[in-house]
Amino acid sequence: MKKDIVLAGVGGQGILTIASIIGQAAVKQGLNIKQSEVHGMAQRGGAVLAHLRLSSDAIHSDLIAPGTADALIAVEPMEALRQAESLHPQGVILANSRPVANIGDYPELETVLAALRAYPRSLVIDAEAMAAAVGSARAMNMVMLGAVSPFLGMPVEVLEATIAEAFARKGPEVVAANRQAFAAGQAAAKGI
Amino acid sequence: MTQLLLLGDEALAQGALDAGLSGCYAYPGTPSTEIMEYLQGSREAAERGVHREWSCNEKVAMEEGLGMSFAGKRAMVCMKHVGLNVAADGFVNAAVTGTHGGLLVVSADDPSMHSSQNEQDSRFYAQFAMVPCLEPSSQQEAYAMAAHGFALSERMETPVLVRLCTRLSHSRANVAVSVDKQPMKELDALNEMRGRFVLLPVIAKRNYVRLCEKQDEFARLSEESPFNRYSDGPDRSIGVIATGIGYNYLQEAFAGACPHPVLKISQYPLPKRQLSRLLAECRQIMVIEEGMPLVEQMLRGPLGDGGRTRGRLTGDLPRTGELNPRAVAQAFGLPAPALPAASPLVKMRPPRLCDGCPHANSYDALNEVLKSRPTSRVFGDIGCYTLGALPPYNAIHTCVDMGASIAMAKGAADAGVHPAVAVIGDSTFTHSGMTALLDAVWENSPITVVILDNGTTGMTGGQTSQAAGHMENICAGLGVAPEHIRILTPLPKHHAANVEALAAELDYAGLSVVILRRECIQTLRRKK
Repeated sequence: MKKDIVLAGVGGQGILTIASIIGQAAVKQGLNIKQSEVHGMAQRGGAVLAHLRLSSDAIHSDLIAPGTADALIAVEPMEALRQAESLHPQGVILANSRPVANIGDYPELETVLAALRAYPRSLVIDAEAMAAAVGSARAMNMVMLGAVSPFLGMPVEVLEATIAEAFARKGPEVVAANRQAFAAGQAAAKGI
Repeated sequence: MTQLLLLGDEALAQGALDAGLSGCYAYPGTPSTEIMEYLQGSREAAERGVHREWSCNEKVAMEEGLGMSFAGKRAMVCMKHVGLNVAADGFVNAAVTGTHGGLLVVSADDPSMHSSQNEQDSRFYAQFAMVPCLEPSSQQEAYAMAAHGFALSERMETPVLVRLCTRLSHSRANVAVSVDKQPMKELDALNEMRGRFVLLPVIAKRNYVRLCEKQDEFARLSEESPFNRYSDGPDRSIGVIATGIGYNYLQEAFAGACPHPVLKISQYPLPKRQLSRLLAECRQIMVIEEGMPLVEQMLRGPLGDGGRTRGRLTGDLPRTGELNPRAVAQAFGLPAPALPAASPLVKMRPPRLCDGCPHANSYDALNEVLKSRPTSRVFGDIGCYTLGALPPYNAIHTCVDMGASIAMAKGAADAGVHPAVAVIGDSTFTHSGMTALLDAVWENSPITVVILDNGTTGMTGGQTSQAAGHMENICAGLGVAPEHIRILTPLPKHHAANVEALAAELDYAGLSVVILRRECIQTLRRKK
């Protein structure tokens, strides 16, 4: 088993929360992990990405070679396009449709979304609206995690248990909202 | 053994802790910051009473670490690569004094300059100071190298440089951690070490001879190092030298089955025996090293070697920037997937000041003052506020190194620039700005020093700032006239008053300090 996943977003959106839950779930499954993160200056509202590699065998490089990733999770649509070259031709793009337009020349949103939908295996969803519908817009990341869950080669229960642990400190309501957000994302990804 | 999921920085920190570390000294800097932060968050480190407070700058940290080593205990000093420039005086001379308790000097390089102003390679410093260097290729090696490095340091009475780089420091992996912890060393400062720790010329000359004599033993220990490894391969048309994480990219390129002989290097000086074998058996040599072409240049020599040695200098690998698995695969002519052209829809998204950042209000006020003073030049410094160089502020004209703003403003004022303004953060000021301010006091230089005092080291995530709560006292203590020390609050509602105060000080023909004080929005949010 080997999965290479690229995560993209804007500094402050919390892509590392997604990466961290997948990583912890992978540890439970006895998998090897390498997870390359962005710290420092770019975290201040700039483009950020993380490379997450899971494998039952030894993992060599901390970085994923462009053109080889199994999945790209982007919590921001233009950032999905920026990292699209990391994807294998059969790889899957999961993108949140809500833009972070913190630059003056942000391209027309519909054009960006159309470009994403043009990829053979892609899912573009309004993860914030979906998260809000089941309890909390802040659980947007868990919608995205749910959407990628069928492509991780890992039992869903392990991911669900890890989400519960990750949010346990914040109380049962927060856990429930995040698990429902995860389920909503999972349902949306059916049929890709 | 237990398994932990650790960043390279964290693996090294845990390794040091498990090897009996007594004190860590550091100034925050990407990508090294998480070493100290891990120790600060470690219950184990707290229970053992390990020193783990930030230092004012890397030079101070280096000397504090050397002091702990003098006292017989194991110390680790951590910084980013350019921090080693600041610490260089202590570092190079610690090689001459030698050490007592184990001393690891950790320098984390940032090739590709993700969060830095250059991509200097710390291995050159180890070579320059004539000390061993360890360069882990994995998080597991980073963990193991702490104990190895301390033992090496104590055996040879030398500081040991540990060279990290961004992709190891900031990559997380499974690390098997020992359950057997080494005890901390006992205090041992009453031994007779004056003989070598006093670098008077008469003693330093003796020490330097001794340091030169150690070199053969360093090289022999590299040959025996568990971190250096020669693996034979059937295709000897080319032999490979892969250092640090360069080894990972090589393994990735050949899916773990490189057909060429490979010398993996993670401990320097270079292991001569294995190197001789590689050079004797292979027609060409490909050098894969993260950062600058140190080993490649050594093999090529000053006149080149007719193309025998290949790497960054021959264009087989990119001359600048960090390595990646694709570039390494291409160096061997391996097929790499064709990539689609970048979408024209993708625009640059550089980092920016946070919404609600006090620096934004400070720049708004400063820019308004400068509008009517077209001869003014603004000398910037290192921190979040360097982003003031970008639109919409376009507020600063220089950013060179920690503390340079004040000294450059003074030099430019000496040349006739007026108004000359320095913009510096509180942590950068205590790091390297204070001594420059003292020069300006001494000459009553006509400059205005604007201190953006957000009470923290913001860029690296909100570490302590030693001036917190008493910046004006420090400035007054250095001799700035109290009537020319102003404290303003950078908020939109104070904009007009701030503009007026800044204008008055810019027009003053002597030294003035304007402290713009409001807490970092990030640290403030975290408290809520």
